[in-house]
Amino acid sequence: MTRLRVETDPVLCAGSGMCALLAPEVFDQDEKEGTVVLIDDRPAEERRAAVLAAAERCPAGAIRVAGAD
Amino acid sequence: MTEAPSRRPAPLPTERATPLDPPTGLAPLREHQPVSPLAHPDGTAGWLVTSNALVREVLADPRFSSRSELIHSPMRTDPPTPAPRGVFIGMDAPEHPRYRKLLTGQFTVRRIRQLTDRIEQIVEQALDATEAAGQPADLIQTFALPVPSLLICELLGVPYESHEDFERWTNVMSSAGSALADAQAAEAALTAFLAGIVADKRARPTDDVLSGVIHEGSLDDEEALGIALMLLVAGHETTSGMLGLGTLALLTHPGQLALLREDPALIDGAVEELLRYVTIAQFDVGVRAALEDVELGGRLIRAGDSVSVSFIAANRDPDVFDDPDTLDITRPPGRHVAFGHGAHACLGQQLARMELRIAFPALLRRFPGLRLAVPLAEIPIRSEMPVYGAYRLPVAW
Ligand code: HEM
Repeated sequence: MTRLRVETDPVLCAGSGMCALLAPEVFDQDEKEGTVVLIDDRPAEERRAAVLAAAERCPAGAIRVAGAD
Repeated sequence: MTEAPSRRPAPLPTERATPLDPPTGLAPLREHQPVSPLAHPDGTAGWLVTSNALVREVLADPRFSSRSELIHSPMRTDPPTPAPRGVFIGMDAPEHPRYRKLLTGQFTVRRIRQLTDRIEQIVEQALDATEAAGQPADLIQTFALPVPSLLICELLGVPYESHEDFERWTNVMSSAGSALADAQAAEAALTAFLAGIVADKRARPTDDVLSGVIHEGSLDDEEALGIALMLLVAGHETTSGMLGLGTLALLTHPGQLALLREDPALIDGAVEELLRYVTIAQFDVGVRAALEDVELGGRLIRAGDSVSVSFIAANRDPDVFDDPDTLDITRPPGRHVAFGHGAHACLGQQLARMELRIAFPALLRRFPGLRLAVPLAEIPIRSEMPVYGAYRLPVAW
């Protein structure tokens, strides 16, 4: 299993907060605009499920994850 | 398996067997023609989208516009009109994100967490009022309506003393059963009320979302008013509908209720499941208009056609949820679309989640013997309203 690699797109981001809710160690939100701030683009193995859930449930499709399988 | 429906344009299915079952006409459409021709009451034809995958596809595709002046309602006959300035739910890029970004910073997970204590207080006060009302109490009047209503008033900086007025106005405005003249009069009254508040805050800023928006500098009073109007309407009917019908769903599923009582740590998953199962956005929310010809699920949608997505049908789609008609508070949340999807996904969803996560457990703790005080069939339901809910929920304990 390869380690996840995460990319986010603050332009697509709708600021719903799903990622910061589900994986707060990996994603944060900008104070002013609420858009995604990526804290950790190579999250540790134990965050895998949370990061995949955040990508799946992002309403704006603003999170891309490689190495998911 | 269900019988194949007709391929001619048909009205939106709204008849439900029981208040918590989806309209019975939706499942056959989802199974046989998830993009189906829809007859609008104004005489135009459009489309109804019922599968989870296609609903998400429509909502993520900028070729499907949210501009109010292009959109025909599946339930109402009043002609499409442009969104009032600031009411960005009815706009596309570039106006939509410009307005929305002025607010998203106020609704982040972190900002909403800071409201935890205040939400707990408001919930406890509402529970006190419920106890004081005596049995049977109408849980909508004592709990489901005041909690979100008070909270959105405080957040916006709108005096709560006027809540009876604006709750009545918003009800008349959005009901598919209201005469056009009454709906317009109610909207005029609400607009005048909010215009006064915006003018006050322009002159004397206070510490709230509305003052923040006004003094950020890029909006005029009319735009600020539009934003206030949208947040006030979107912020109380929705969460209130969820509190009422979510409670009803638990009370009519004693096994699930017992599970949650035994293990309150299940609450986060329970809230997602209740959002999915109840799905209060019934119609007139999630309507789009094709800006060009688009092929969708094998059908050709013509430029100009209105497309209604069914959040209800998408949230009961067996391709995405095992045993979709079963309430199971332990199921993984998956791809429910109770808060929509795409660029217009609910702005207030973290606030609503926090309210629900605090309110349901507090209600169950306060009333260990909570039960319906009337048979299910006697509970009056908002079947003609875009935002679903119960008008009254008589309970005993
Ligand atoms: C359980 C409660 C709620 C539910 C189920 C809900 C549902 C939804 C849905 C389905 C949409 C998408 C509409 C579309 O795509 O056309 C939406 C949008 C919206 N909601 Fe909510 N909502 C809830 C609570 C709230 C609250 C508490 C607020 C306010 C603070 C709010 C403010 C908004 C706004 C402003 C939009 C428009 C967003 C945009 O166009 O960018 N909602 N909501």
